[in-house]
Amino acid sequence: MTTPALKLDNIAKIFGGLRAVDGVSFEVAPRQIFGLIGPNGAGKTTAFNCISGVYTPEQGTISFFGKSIAGRPPSEIAALGIARTFQNIRLFGDMTVLENVMVAGHATIGFGPLAAMFRLRKQAEEQERLAARAHEILRIFELDGLAGEFSKSLPYGSQRKLEIARALMLNPKVLLLDEPAAGMNSREADSLKNQIRWLRDTFDLTIVLVEHNMQVVMNVCEQVHCVDHGQTIASGEPLHVQNHPAVRTAYLGADVDESTLRQS
Amino acid sequence: MVWTYRTAVSIALIALLFGINWALDQYVIDYIVRIIMQCGINAILAVGLNLINGTTGQFSLGHAGFMAVGAYATAFAVIHLESWLGFNASNIPAPWMQGLLLSVGLLFGALFAGLAGLLVGAPSLRLRGDYLAIVTLGFAEIIRLIFTNTEALGGATGYSGGRPLGLPVYTNFFWVFLWAIFLITLIGNFTFSSYGRALRAIREDEIATEALGINTTRMKVLASVISAAAVGVAGGLFAHLMGTIRPDDFKMDRSVAMIVMILVGGLGSVSGAIIGAIFVGVTLEAMRDIQQYRLLAYSLLLIGLMIARPQGLLGSRELRLPAFLRRKRGGAA
Repeated sequence: MTTPALKLDNIAKIFGGLRAVDGVSFEVAPRQIFGLIGPNGAGKTTAFNCISGVYTPEQGTISFFGKSIAGRPPSEIAALGIARTFQNIRLFGDMTVLENVMVAGHATIGFGPLAAMFRLRKQAEEQERLAARAHEILRIFELDGLAGEFSKSLPYGSQRKLEIARALMLNPKVLLLDEPAAGMNSREADSLKNQIRWLRDTFDLTIVLVEHNMQVVMNVCEQVHCVDHGQTIASGEPLHVQNHPAVRTAYLGADVDESTLRQS
Repeated sequence: MVWTYRTAVSIALIALLFGINWALDQYVIDYIVRIIMQCGINAILAVGLNLINGTTGQFSLGHAGFMAVGAYATAFAVIHLESWLGFNASNIPAPWMQGLLLSVGLLFGALFAGLAGLLVGAPSLRLRGDYLAIVTLGFAEIIRLIFTNTEALGGATGYSGGRPLGLPVYTNFFWVFLWAIFLITLIGNFTFSSYGRALRAIREDEIATEALGINTTRMKVLASVISAAAVGVAGGLFAHLMGTIRPDDFKMDRSVAMIVMILVGGLGSVSGAIIGAIFVGVTLEAMRDIQQYRLLAYSLLLIGLMIARPQGLLGSRELRLPAFLRRKRGGAA
């Protein structure tokens, strides 16, 4: 068996008395599209934040291709190859589209602050390299024409695309998408399904997504993991999870006797 | 290729500064020259402060403290360097030697101020917004009180290196502007490099920046060190312009004056900071007769500015050289 791209083992994150994530374990195989679902407040985003290093889990281990990453700072995890997007888009509004993408290459530059101050040749070369790479990525996302625009002036859909483009500048192996379909209408959500598969194939990625839009999740994910109140309630193939009684209860509430309904 | 171009520009610049220096000496009264020098020193202060307050968006209210460290360190180094080299009242160094002594002193000033920037920045830059402002203000007061209570550095009466005539006045137009141009070029290059881009990203959204593989704390501390070192050089130039430095020269109103400079010019703009610095330098002099109302005047100025043009004169834009003076970026590579 191959080493999983991402492996969470018995992760717990506690806020005061709330066990936001409580003993969650799952494995994501390389090049898999993996869905993390659950009702509001189930702990999906918290689990995401544990993976990307925003939170340090109180318990459990997280490994990335066999390397333990739990407790490392977000910048280190990102540099290792786990990139992410945010539920509420976090672009650098007052910077241009090109700059937004180029920032993500900063961790790979091969010159120090002194070389920057004295503008040594190395700096110019690296600058060219970053700009070329950023343009290349923007071209793939058909954003190259907007390279000089401030990112805040972009329409919503393009902002989402730009955020993904920026994450890909890190050359990640794993991409975490936090609610990519949020705020999209059904037609946009429809095309998103193809885009996610296309992303995986084009950039050779492992994709983990947190999503509310069941249509997207069931269509695009190869493996789904459902959490509620911080705990795993179902895991497996999309169809299996969808029909799992615990999942139905979590989303729709417990079964109600039909006779009581008729009476009221 | 790069170096020949740079050498040519540097030599031309030095010659130009030298010429202006000579002309000012000959034809312009000291009073005006002094104001011009103040403006040059202000420009270093403003561009230095702008790196952390404007570009990185971390509001420091304590840069007077770094200026003080730079001033004392420079003066201390110059005084001791002089006595070590055997200069004294009857054996004063030649003019070129004075500038050299001053510059070596300024390097010490930059070093110690940068160190102070590291010591203050490393713990405090984890804070945000008003908290950071309060903490940096507190640090500046601590620094001032340390100087006030250090008898070896003159205590509350100030430091003059034990000389009856005070610190040697070595700061002149040439050296102020040589250092100003040098430092502004360095900080400008830094601001427009990948580092500056990362700093601006921190200003826009720290969490997103961290998620892009950038260690934001380290970047902020780096900006703080560079900023403090530049401000320290300005402090050293100030010390050897005034001929004496007292802890009271570096009270909060000096930090406020620096902030006014960058607010006037536009936060985050290097050229804006320079314009703001000149503006404050000139108005400060114009207000000399009503000195006790200076803080009041600043407040009124700021309120007026916030109403009329909240983003400052330039906003975050830059004035650019006319096209024929510009060199293509990265053209040499």
